Amino acid sequence: MSRAYIIRRLLLAIPSLLAISLILYTILALAPGDPFGELMTNPNVPPAVAAALRAKFGLDDPIYLRYFHWLAAMLHGDWGFSFASHMDVATLIMQRLPVTLIVLGSAQLLAILVALPVGVLAAAKPYSLFDQVANTLAFIGFSLPTFFTGLLLILIFSVQLGWLPFVFRSDLHTSGLTWWWDEIRQTIMPVAVLGLFQGASLVRYARSSMLDVIKLDYVTTARAKGIGARRVLLKHVVRNGLIPVVTLIAVQMPIVFGGAIITEQIFHVPGIGSLLIDAMLNNDTPVVMGVTFVFACLVILFNLVADLLYVWLDPRIAFR
Amino acid sequence: MSGSIHASPSAEAVGPAIATGPRAAAASPSREAWRRFRKHRLAVVSLFVLAAIVLAIVLGPYVWRFSVSDIDFGATLKGPSWAHPLGTDDLGRDLLARLIFGGKISLAVGLAAMFVAVFVGVVIGAVSGMASGRIDAALMWMTDMFLSLPQLPLLLLLIYLFRPALKEALGPQGGVFLLIVIVIGGLRWMPLARLVRAQFLSIREKEFVEAARALGASRMRLVARHILPNALGPVIVAGTIEVANAIIAESTLSFLGLGFPPDVPSWGRVLFDAKDYLDIAPHWALSAGLAIFLAVLTINFIGDGLRDALDPRRVI
Repeated sequence: MSRAYIIRRLLLAIPSLLAISLILYTILALAPGDPFGELMTNPNVPPAVAAALRAKFGLDDPIYLRYFHWLAAMLHGDWGFSFASHMDVATLIMQRLPVTLIVLGSAQLLAILVALPVGVLAAAKPYSLFDQVANTLAFIGFSLPTFFTGLLLILIFSVQLGWLPFVFRSDLHTSGLTWWWDEIRQTIMPVAVLGLFQGASLVRYARSSMLDVIKLDYVTTARAKGIGARRVLLKHVVRNGLIPVVTLIAVQMPIVFGGAIITEQIFHVPGIGSLLIDAMLNNDTPVVMGVTFVFACLVILFNLVADLLYVWLDPRIAFR
Repeated sequence: MSGSIHASPSAEAVGPAIATGPRAAAASPSREAWRRFRKHRLAVVSLFVLAAIVLAIVLGPYVWRFSVSDIDFGATLKGPSWAHPLGTDDLGRDLLARLIFGGKISLAVGLAAMFVAVFVGVVIGAVSGMASGRIDAALMWMTDMFLSLPQLPLLLLLIYLFRPALKEALGPQGGVFLLIVIVIGGLRWMPLARLVRAQFLSIREKEFVEAARALGASRMRLVARHILPNALGPVIVAGTIEVANAIIAESTLSFLGLGFPPDVPSWGRVLFDAKDYLDIAPHWALSAGLAIFLAVLTINFIGDGLRDALDPRRVI
């Protein structure tokens, strides 16, 4: 992969980032309601003071000027203050982001570890009993909404069996090995819910991608040369069949983030997903905008990774 | 063995089926599709289950005469019994009545959002597929842009910002319904637009379109009479699955407490209310969750069966 391609792809990410910031800002500007609405109706604040405040914060400027002000502030890392917790939005988000990334990363890992072997084995013997069972389970898996599986797991493992803790705690009082054990125990359910949902759609995709490759002539040639079935599958089919799957994993990131919001809310994981919901329920607009923007940036980042991985894995793709 | 594997066991190639014997030759395309659909056993079962659900939702209020909002403090959080087949919630309201009402909302949102998504997707895909060049490039850039937006955060953001105003203008039920339908539909048209565009690009080069053009058919007529009908199969399949996705999206919003207000018990809202009583009243959460799961699963299976029936060449 040429360096020129990487640079060009990186540069291409900038307009999409700008476009997303524009969309977000337009939505915010179009939304009814005024940040100073309360101030204007408050009889204790003279209208002149309110008007001066409006002018000071540039609320009467034309919309494109306000957009540039907002963008410049975002780029400077000045994301505003949370109404609810009186903290810097950027600090608040940076506090919450690691938990989200850890849960998301482990869930993705689980999804890949479950889905790839199952998908490959199902494709190796199409229509076999294993294939049909795997297919049906995958179908049921992605028809089960994450909020329902989450509640089911809590019901089974926390309420009925009492094996795993009900809610995620960030203030564990243990240390050393017990701390690790407690951390792992409280992460199992959120990761399982997200990972299995993600894995279910990945299984079907991995299977059909493998089937596409098995049909190709070079696989028949490899078989005709007398290479064992196992070796053909692992050395010839899987390596090429995985290319589209790798891309899919990165492209599906927007959906995974959605799942993260739900699971964080169910299990009370203190990540940016639950931060977003709490901010919405508290009418904390600066935090809402900040978190949405972070989600958008993460999605663009993963799309970028997907594109670069794709070109790296498949040299047949021309650099455009 | 090359080319002999279909991704789905119940799928088959179209070619040979049409050319076997006089009986098969007489079959109309829709009968042929029905024959292929019937081979997908789970899809047929799902069709019956979904029909039963729809029937219960439509006829339920006339048979089961409990009100969704009748409060009975003598029977709170009761498990299933003869008086209340699905039990009661924390205010003693009958859960069966609430689920019947919620089903109406969930299915209506699912169908309406699907129509919004299909309409926008078909229009953008068709324009893009017919007008190659700059318009096509611009529309596809916009589609990619929308695809790379984080769906759920944006959905939540739109609902969060616009819900109060619409609630005031159109009332809690109508306003929220309209908002949710437009927002879900408006964020889900992209795969459909790409699908329709791909179909248009291949169909518009076919000989029968060429022939129609040679006979002097206008552009509009070409699209409406010749290209669009032939592109419809995959659109119907995608649209069916879109209903399930929209139901999940609405339930998600309500489950997060940002969808319908408490007095409009959609399935997700019932689950949201139930989640704090998991330990003492598991029947409450289970019944609402199973309702969502069953509706989504059957719609997905029907979509899968329709894919075999209408779109046998491209099976994922």
